[in-house]
Amino acid sequence: MATATGGGLEFHPMDQFVVRPLFGDGAVAWYTPTNVTLWLFLTALAAIAVLVLGTRGRAIVPNRAQSVAELAYGLVYKMIEDIAGKDGLRYFPYVLTLFMFIVFANLLGLVPMAFTVTSHIAVTGILAMAVFLGVTIIGFVKNGAHFLDLFWIRSAPLAVRPILAVIEVISYFVRPLSLSIRLAGNMIAGHAVIKVFAGFAAIAAVAPVAIIAVVGMYAFEVLVAFVQAYVFTILTCVYLKDALHPSH
Amino acid sequence: MISLLQGAATTAAETTEAPGAGDEIVIITESATHGAETHSVYGDAAHSAAEGAGLPQLDITTFGNQIFWLVVTLVVLYLVLSRVALPRIAAVLSDRQGAMTGDLMAAEEFKQRAREAEAAYDKALAEARGEAQRIVAANRAEIQAELNNAIARADAEIAARTAESETRIREIRATAETDAREVAQEVTAALVAAFGGNADNAAVTAAVDSRMKGAMQ
Repeated sequence: MATATGGGLEFHPMDQFVVRPLFGDGAVAWYTPTNVTLWLFLTALAAIAVLVLGTRGRAIVPNRAQSVAELAYGLVYKMIEDIAGKDGLRYFPYVLTLFMFIVFANLLGLVPMAFTVTSHIAVTGILAMAVFLGVTIIGFVKNGAHFLDLFWIRSAPLAVRPILAVIEVISYFVRPLSLSIRLAGNMIAGHAVIKVFAGFAAIAAVAPVAIIAVVGMYAFEVLVAFVQAYVFTILTCVYLKDALHPSH
Repeated sequence: MISLLQGAATTAAETTEAPGAGDEIVIITESATHGAETHSVYGDAAHSAAEGAGLPQLDITTFGNQIFWLVVTLVVLYLVLSRVALPRIAAVLSDRQGAMTGDLMAAEEFKQRAREAEAAYDKALAEARGEAQRIVAANRAEIQAELNNAIARADAEIAARTAESETRIREIRATAETDAREVAQEVTAALVAAFGGNADNAAVTAAVDSRMKGAMQ
């Protein structure tokens, strides 16, 4: 948000990410309902509206809302089936929850004046850690010690294997970091850029360019919102595949 | 990425300083840098600034809050989706699949039935044709048999008549020979008598027989 105070321009591209209590002006305790709470709930409601209300008709020939719900269902279902295989479908509800949550959080964040929950490293970090821990636990429960084959690449020459193992271990533990920072970073960057361009709209001389740039960025961000949710989900499926079939 | 953005924003701000004609451009990314004069407008920003400077994302004091509400949201969303939405969509999809396969199978069945009907029609046609041919053949055979019968009967009659005629001819020929012999004997006896001879019956008969033997052969 930019305000021209006393003839000066002030840019606050990061103010949109500030966590504030919804009621009053006190400190933010762990239970305080904040703007994060509000937009998390709106995200969940949007996902539920599409998947539950949209399929209310249970029609053989679907209407538009039901088609969207079935499309989302089919997209994630096929993704898991293709990447993680048939036994990955047990975890389909969680992966779909993840996808629906991220895609709606990203898209709702693009509503003017909205708060983008996925722009916060705390949120994406928990999402990524949930995937990382879940996948690791599944890997050990399903395969026991054989899960460690993931790091010991038998197709490589014996001399190279320890080096590869070190690299594999590092890349394994970097996964939650890259997952969370990729998502939050994309969201922060896009929204901040839009805010900066919007700030320039206060100067009459560059206003048309700024507004066109905002429109362009906005369209791009809609794409990014979907693509990032897709990437997060597809990587979750890849990690799930590693957990279920570590020897591949 | 964030620092890059800030850099871009700063450069953009600097380049627009000329049209701004002396406007004061301040880029605020750290809430701590702006204090009392913006406090009324950005009270909340200043408030968070009091707790931790820098990006709002890195303000660790809000992490507990965010994580708590995120977990609540995710659990609710997971429960609603896994209990209500997914079974419903799965049921709809399988119903549709079932309806489609059912329709396809019904169509296949109808096709099969049509094929069977055609086969039955062809068979009936072939049977009718065979029946007709059999009837024609039977009729023909019957007529042939009757004809053969009639011909045989006619032949038999002809043969009988021929035999009868031959008997009659033979009889006539036999009577004619006898008659001729008698006439010849009588004529011979009369001639011998007329010439004054005494006709010996046995001699006349022998003479006629010897003459007749030559004539009859």
